[in-house]
Amino acid sequence: MKSLYEIRFSGSGGQGIITAGMVLGEGASLFDGKYVVQTQSYGPEARGGACKTELIIADYPVNYPKPILADILLAMSQAAYDKYIHEIKDDAFVVVDSSLVQYKPAKGVYPVPITKLAAEEVGLKVTANVVALGVISSLTKIASYEALERALLSRVPRGTEEINKKALALGKKLEFKDNV
Amino acid sequence: MLFYKLFKDKDGRKVGFVQANEACIEAALLAGMRFFAGYPITPSSEMASVSSEKLPMYGGKFIQMEDEIAAMTAVCGASMAGLKAMTATSGPGFSLKQEAIGYAAMNEIPCVIVNVQRAGPSTGLPTQVSQGDVMQARWGTHGDHPIIVLSPSTVVETADLTFDAFNLAEKYRTPVILLMDETLAHMREKITLPAENELKLVERKRATVPPSDYRSFDTRFGDVPPFEPYGGKYHFHITGLTHDEMGFPIVEPDDVVKAMDRIHRKINNNLDDIVKVKQFQTDDAEILLVSFGTPVRTCLGAMEIGRKEGLKIGVLQLQTIWPFPDKAVLNLAKKIGKIFVVELNMGQIINEVQRASQGKSNIKGINKYDGLFISPDEILSHILESKG
Repeated sequence: MKSLYEIRFSGSGGQGIITAGMVLGEGASLFDGKYVVQTQSYGPEARGGACKTELIIADYPVNYPKPILADILLAMSQAAYDKYIHEIKDDAFVVVDSSLVQYKPAKGVYPVPITKLAAEEVGLKVTANVVALGVISSLTKIASYEALERALLSRVPRGTEEINKKALALGKKLEFKDNV
Repeated sequence: MLFYKLFKDKDGRKVGFVQANEACIEAALLAGMRFFAGYPITPSSEMASVSSEKLPMYGGKFIQMEDEIAAMTAVCGASMAGLKAMTATSGPGFSLKQEAIGYAAMNEIPCVIVNVQRAGPSTGLPTQVSQGDVMQARWGTHGDHPIIVLSPSTVVETADLTFDAFNLAEKYRTPVILLMDETLAHMREKITLPAENELKLVERKRATVPPSDYRSFDTRFGDVPPFEPYGGKYHFHITGLTHDEMGFPIVEPDDVVKAMDRIHRKINNNLDDIVKVKQFQTDDAEILLVSFGTPVRTCLGAMEIGRKEGLKIGVLQLQTIWPFPDKAVLNLAKKIGKIFVVELNMGQIINEVQRASQGKSNIKGINKYDGLFISPDEILSHILESKG
């Protein structure tokens, strides 16, 4: 584990990208005891087009609040992938929603059909952001499942707790391969 | 609708992963704020939104007014009636509030005004960051007037300086401005709110004389007059006109000077209590970065990187920007030969740094005004460029 991670989640407005960032931030800071700062695209740029949230998760207080080169990139749309795939570190984890994005296989690039899994395995397409969180937690260990689940359940609408737990847990069952 | 939740930590304190806008209102509620009047405007809107949800739970009142002018006058009225009151806005709204801010300064009405800066002039760039309102915060309303302006750089500091803002407002019977910026306003970090018994709250001085002997601008008890709620047992006159101790208009030159001197003296004689700065690695610094608000964090980032490359950088953070921290700037200017003033505008606070440093140091500005936040690389490249 590194002592500081720069993280970028990106996709289209409506995919729950920012909510995913809030859940990760809250879980890591309040329940895993990390230092976290989260920022997000705001205003016109957040609607419809490319949408992103950025986090820094560290073992010590964070000064400059914005990531430059990502250690972890989540790309949930083609536009997001094309825009941010070059702004990563050499040893970065890149999680690509392969049901939506044409990507170039490479070391550290993990294709997961996130939206398809949400629709078919969880049974609710809009849980794709939660599936993505589970995948990222399993793959990178950036936040514990327990912390994410606690933060998640404090934010989801009443009555959707079980399906969200199922979506988050999906990541535990998957096997990940890069460079395929 | 609230987009955050507070949890209890193991010591029973409330913790949350919140935006600075949300942290400000949570802190204000703990500081005793019981009245918020506002006209929501980006990037401050969350403050009105959170206030509208939470104030009723605390027995307080939230009013969405017809415009920013009315919001500020409502805040003056609520505070005169005895409540701790605030409003929040951004550039265009801050411009509209200026008349009533002057009224608050003249009548010594404690209140807190938050300005989350966005790029201007006029409606400018509503969703983008700026620090272009530094001089407006000081001189936006007409006439010589005292004002206190605080500027936080983290979510935690937003909560801390919100407490300070309410305490200073009550202690000195003055409007206090919390000058934030868009980047901070929408940034999330963890806050831990103090437990109720840990709060050190200041309440305004109340009258110790009977109503028959009350003067609304009494000078018998020091430079800060006791303030009784308007509409209570104590009847008094209040006006924006220059006034005597009874609150009635005056024109006699000696009386005018006396009144003006006192409202300034109550601030200027207490600079050690009011003015706060933070220093980072200034002991051995050869280059000093002076900044305020969120860009302080970029300065600290540049300091970390620069020091690894042998650049002895230190940082002076101005938490209080008005009254300007003359003493701290002069002391550092005397020992550090190069000062860079980092601000997200075309150069405002740099003029104060130049004045305060009395020619003791070589001062340059690092300015960014394209609506984006500044990065450590941008600061470092300016430093390296000036080295040649």
